[in-house]
Amino acid sequence: MHNNKDMKIHVENVTRVEGHGIIDIEIKNGEVTKCLWKIPETARYFEAMVRGRRYDEIAGITSRVCGICSIGHHTASQKATENAFGITISPQTEKFRKLLMHAENFQSHILHTLYLVLPDLLGMKSVVEVAMACSNETKIVTRLHGLGNEMSALIGGRTTHPITSILGGFTKLPSEKELEDMRKKLLASLNDYFAVVELLEKLATKIPIFTRETEYISLKDNTDYAILNGNLYSSDNGFYSNTVYRNVMNEFCVPHSTAKFTKNTRDSFMVGALARFNNNHDTLRPLALKVAEKLELKAPCHNPFMNSVAQVIEIAHSIEDSIFLIQEILDEGIQKEHLKDIYNRADSAIKAGEGIGIVEVPRGLLIHNYKYDEKGLVIEANCVIPTNMNHWNIQYDLEKLIPELLKQGKTKEEIQLTCEMNVRAYDPCISCSVHEMRLVNMDWK
Amino acid sequence: MAKPKVAIFSMACCAGCALQIVNLEEKILDLVGAVDVVEWQEGLSEKSGGNYDIAIIEGSVITEKEAEELKEIRKTAKIVIAIGACAHTGGINCLGNHISVEEKKSIVYGNDAEKIDGLKDAIQPRPLSAVIKINATVPGCPINKNELVEAVKCLLLGKAFRLPNYPVCFECALKENGCLFDLNIVCLGPITRAGCEAACPSMNKECNGCRGWIDDPNQNAAKDILEKYGLNIEDMKNKFTLFNSYIKEGE
Repeated sequence: MHNNKDMKIHVENVTRVEGHGIIDIEIKNGEVTKCLWKIPETARYFEAMVRGRRYDEIAGITSRVCGICSIGHHTASQKATENAFGITISPQTEKFRKLLMHAENFQSHILHTLYLVLPDLLGMKSVVEVAMACSNETKIVTRLHGLGNEMSALIGGRTTHPITSILGGFTKLPSEKELEDMRKKLLASLNDYFAVVELLEKLATKIPIFTRETEYISLKDNTDYAILNGNLYSSDNGFYSNTVYRNVMNEFCVPHSTAKFTKNTRDSFMVGALARFNNNHDTLRPLALKVAEKLELKAPCHNPFMNSVAQVIEIAHSIEDSIFLIQEILDEGIQKEHLKDIYNRADSAIKAGEGIGIVEVPRGLLIHNYKYDEKGLVIEANCVIPTNMNHWNIQYDLEKLIPELLKQGKTKEEIQLTCEMNVRAYDPCISCSVHEMRLVNMDWK
Repeated sequence: MAKPKVAIFSMACCAGCALQIVNLEEKILDLVGAVDVVEWQEGLSEKSGGNYDIAIIEGSVITEKEAEELKEIRKTAKIVIAIGACAHTGGINCLGNHISVEEKKSIVYGNDAEKIDGLKDAIQPRPLSAVIKINATVPGCPINKNELVEAVKCLLLGKAFRLPNYPVCFECALKENGCLFDLNIVCLGPITRAGCEAACPSMNKECNGCRGWIDDPNQNAAKDILEKYGLNIEDMKNKFTLFNSYIKEGE
């Protein structure tokens, strides 16, 4: 018999997550005496970087908060600046932006569920081991990941840190032929996608069973599965106006972390695919709903480990919605604009003021908020990142999870792995979460 | 023959350059076949601890702790490749270097700055070359993944890896792109090192200088272009600071 009454678990740094995070646990006489999820990642002070920079540089700077969700940051940033200057975008631009967001969601979810989480479910150490053992499956996964990237590059000009998307429009759009080819590739990718779903269905029993009800926050749009537009929505409290986001986030600092934490009306809240699924499942495309049924995810689900399953379901939504969007664009015919007019749209709208941009990125809600002077230079900036929102929820999960695992008689190794899996389920992007900007004396009128 | 041991490390950055390695997609399987990826915190569970044939490092150094870690990697790695603007020039991370570290802490964390352990050893962001000797650089934000593969190949074969020493304008002209200066857009193509295949200007977006200066930038030629179009040299200089703000101590 193993003794699980006394143990110390110190994981520095949790692997297969983006950035640096530490799990620190101590158990004495069967009681948890210490349980901390710590973020030692070094702060990058983006607020200092954007101060005094021009409006047309800001999305390009803040997209560098995160290479994995650079499209989301870029888009949230543009929305904030457009909101400040009162720039409206055309329905066509809206569609291309949404395609770009889908491409990133698709790519990032594949990366997380299949490169980073799948090894846990297969009892392997890394995707390299998976690649050696299951070469056919690995080929499917790299093909799908590649398609997500190809779509990002087709619309955004490259896979990471988009080029073409600027304030008010796109500097270059794909041709109708390229879009039609992409539509066909998306359709064809469903075979690969179904293979992934089959695989996960077989491995579903490896996902830990754990329940902790929390508050789920996401954007919500009553007619569409919200990623680009919508209002803040809480599973506990309903809708909030986007302008009061600070009162929902309530950011605070703790000594053991450079990342700021958040909470709303409960001890913590969760954002990301599971939160979106819980809040917005009724607006998912039919294919995604079918996959949800197959993988037995029902809203509301209070098992955070199911976030990865919700991500797989969202991949179906992104593929299907993209196919529809491309068809709509092709049916309407691509409207071309003169390059000078696109660049002029922001140049002619510069004014002092403040704007907020909120989108849903793979890991959850993302908020950008800037204040500009009359020359269009940034005075102050704030950015609230989904991983920050989830840090405190991870902390509370671990506090409930570890005593349960002890009661089940789990070994130290099993407890460590389950805790790491809990962290990984959130798909944390820790570099993002210590980007650190801060709102200083911003008055809302 | 044992496969060469390759380790991938991330300092302070967005992790977008390491992501380009994942973005090799099917080609990554060939890479895994040719080299042994022994350490990669974001991709693997194992930690191997040393004796690398090649250490690939992204990101800037922004704490004392990172500087020490970097020196340790240098001691145990035969070849160090700096990838991406953050590692190469300090990149975006150095944009706030005109503000003191203490002031930045206070701007971002206010009165809480004192109590956060992880902020105590913060230093001004700097490129890897400010801390250790680098054997090769793959510039850009993000890197051109083909260039990284080329660099790894060259270095494993014992050949020197050389970056193009001509400006982005050359690659742009080869692609027969229109010139953005014609639209009165200030583009950094004339002074920025090529190798990105003119990624941005080919998309009708100006070059942002992410690959840093060419060796002997013909600043006069750049001035001539600006004069021809009636544009301001200050605009160009200011734009160039986006990825090239790092100034060596004492300069």
